[in-house]
Amino acid sequence: MRSKDAVVIGAGPAGLRAAKSLLEAGASVCLIDRNRKLGGQLIKQTHMFFGSEKQYASKRGIDILEILVDELRPFGDRLEVLNETSVVGLYRDKVLACVRHDRYFKIKARTIIVATGASEKSLPFENNDLPGVYAAGAVQTLMNEYGVKPGDRVLMVGSGNIGLIVSYQLLQAGVKVVALVEAAREISGYLVHASKIKRLGIDIMTQTSIKKAIGKEAVESVEIWSLNDLWEGVPGTEKTLAVDTVCISVGLAPLTELLMQIGADVKYVRELGGNVPVIDYRYQTSVPGLYACGDVCGIEEASSAMVEGSITGINAAIDMGYTFPDSRRKIKDLRDELKFLRSGPHAGKIRTGYAKLGVLS
Amino acid sequence: MRIENHPILKFEEKDKISFTYNGKTFHGYESDTIASALHASGIKKLSESIHMKRPRGFYCAIGNCASCKMLVDGEPNVRTCITPLKAGMVVESQIGKGVPHEK
Amino acid sequence: MIEKNGVATAAMSRKEFPEEEKMLERPKAIIECYKEIPCNPCETSCPFDAITIGADINVRPQIDFEACTGCAICVYNCPGLAITVRQKIADKAILKIPYEFLPRPKKDGRVNVVNRAGEVITEGKVLKVLDNMKTNKTALIHVEIDADHLYDAMTIEVLYGS
Repeated sequence: MRSKDAVVIGAGPAGLRAAKSLLEAGASVCLIDRNRKLGGQLIKQTHMFFGSEKQYASKRGIDILEILVDELRPFGDRLEVLNETSVVGLYRDKVLACVRHDRYFKIKARTIIVATGASEKSLPFENNDLPGVYAAGAVQTLMNEYGVKPGDRVLMVGSGNIGLIVSYQLLQAGVKVVALVEAAREISGYLVHASKIKRLGIDIMTQTSIKKAIGKEAVESVEIWSLNDLWEGVPGTEKTLAVDTVCISVGLAPLTELLMQIGADVKYVRELGGNVPVIDYRYQTSVPGLYACGDVCGIEEASSAMVEGSITGINAAIDMGYTFPDSRRKIKDLRDELKFLRSGPHAGKIRTGYAKLGVLS
Repeated sequence: MRIENHPILKFEEKDKISFTYNGKTFHGYESDTIASALHASGIKKLSESIHMKRPRGFYCAIGNCASCKMLVDGEPNVRTCITPLKAGMVVESQIGKGVPHEK
Repeated sequence: MIEKNGVATAAMSRKEFPEEEKMLERPKAIIECYKEIPCNPCETSCPFDAITIGADINVRPQIDFEACTGCAICVYNCPGLAITVRQKIADKAILKIPYEFLPRPKKDGRVNVVNRAGEVITEGKVLKVLDNMKTNKTALIHVEIDADHLYDAMTIEVLYGS
């Protein structure tokens, strides 16, 4: 069993920034990620990010990734990066069970920060298991990481930011998006994204959903239909569309399994995406020395994940006995950034969610 | 089904490598996963459901859902969407729950 | 309704133009950001301080048309691609738009110009295509169209093909 000072599970925007704060305070950090490349979802984000300069607004996700990784380089001697490593168990005495390249080993940590992010939800409809029905993020991975088109004609289901952005990225990859359907009455993502794809020829249909996918070994067509005000499909409104790919973009759910296993208090909060750890104001869970930040605490954005990661790393470092220079002011500045990211009309769900959890957001 | 010219990304074409899928030879790149290489060649169906034998492809593409599992070099239940492609790999459709080949 | 189909009405978009059409004799940035989102690169990228948002980055951007020179730096910095620069010269209008597709249109080539609903409304001539380190893969394209479409033109139809 190896012994580590601080372990950060997940090297996405939250984990990378948490590691940086810990390193700045003088801690030794073991950063673990199950992928070959670090960066979490930033690896495939080709679009310009929102927010302010502090969160690198207007830079592309793939470029922000390089910046976050570069920020860790000066700490080479105190940072160990374990990529292609899955944390398969997290135990009460703060022991992690890990698998890397088919080898199993254990780590005992003084402090653990869980930044495992989230995973895509799916949608129940007839034949939703046909090849060709893919999560929108999966399509983004296929296109932007591997350079492979998912198909030639796509139906996008869901008008949140992921659905709107991936529709645009499909066009950039030379794939036709036949339509975007949204079950609610209004588009749920940013209107600027919606306007952008509408003027590029993608039809946006609200109060519409997919009824079934049709095909023998893969999707060959789909049936969509209108929904009434009770979210029920209206018989007689069915329309058939010739598509070979259906992108499901109906939301993300936090990956809280490790937190559940170690026995941290977890609560179901719909507005935050599902089961989330019960954290205090300082991002510590009910298990002393175990913290959580980023999308695993509530589905939001990379910009807020970065800020949360920074705050959590500082708190964890202080709790371990390290000194973070000017920590009070630094945390106040970071909380102000979060306040502005969360005060607009699009952040209503997050504010409600954190209020339900009982955490000041 | 490869993207030729992308307005934001550059796809470095590394050396082509070959592998077999159900006995037939296919090609991919070192930067591929097994699933992405198969998809690039138009193979979307990767396995079948255990009881009803319904066709299955990948869904999440980042290793969370296990829809993409196949038999690779005799090893069953390999999540092909996150497994890097290697030259000479023997990839097969998995029937049922998957039994490792005798080694 | 923009919340249902993503299309701003003529009345909504007209509000973002200078009240006096005469102002458009010089190029001006038209910012079509209709709902509050936490974002301010337009303000921070403007070298003439013509755009104001403030400390609360959710506030919708306000533009000072007197200060705006139509340099179009905000056009390729806006993450939502929500800004265009427009100018009216006699019976022609010049539209400067962000473009993130390949192939890029060619200088002096003819392109189909679409409105906010994606409908082709006129043909345009490409005057300039700007791609450099600063624009960071968002090309800035200058398109000349008939002045009739000064208000309703929005972008060009994407050219596909290798």
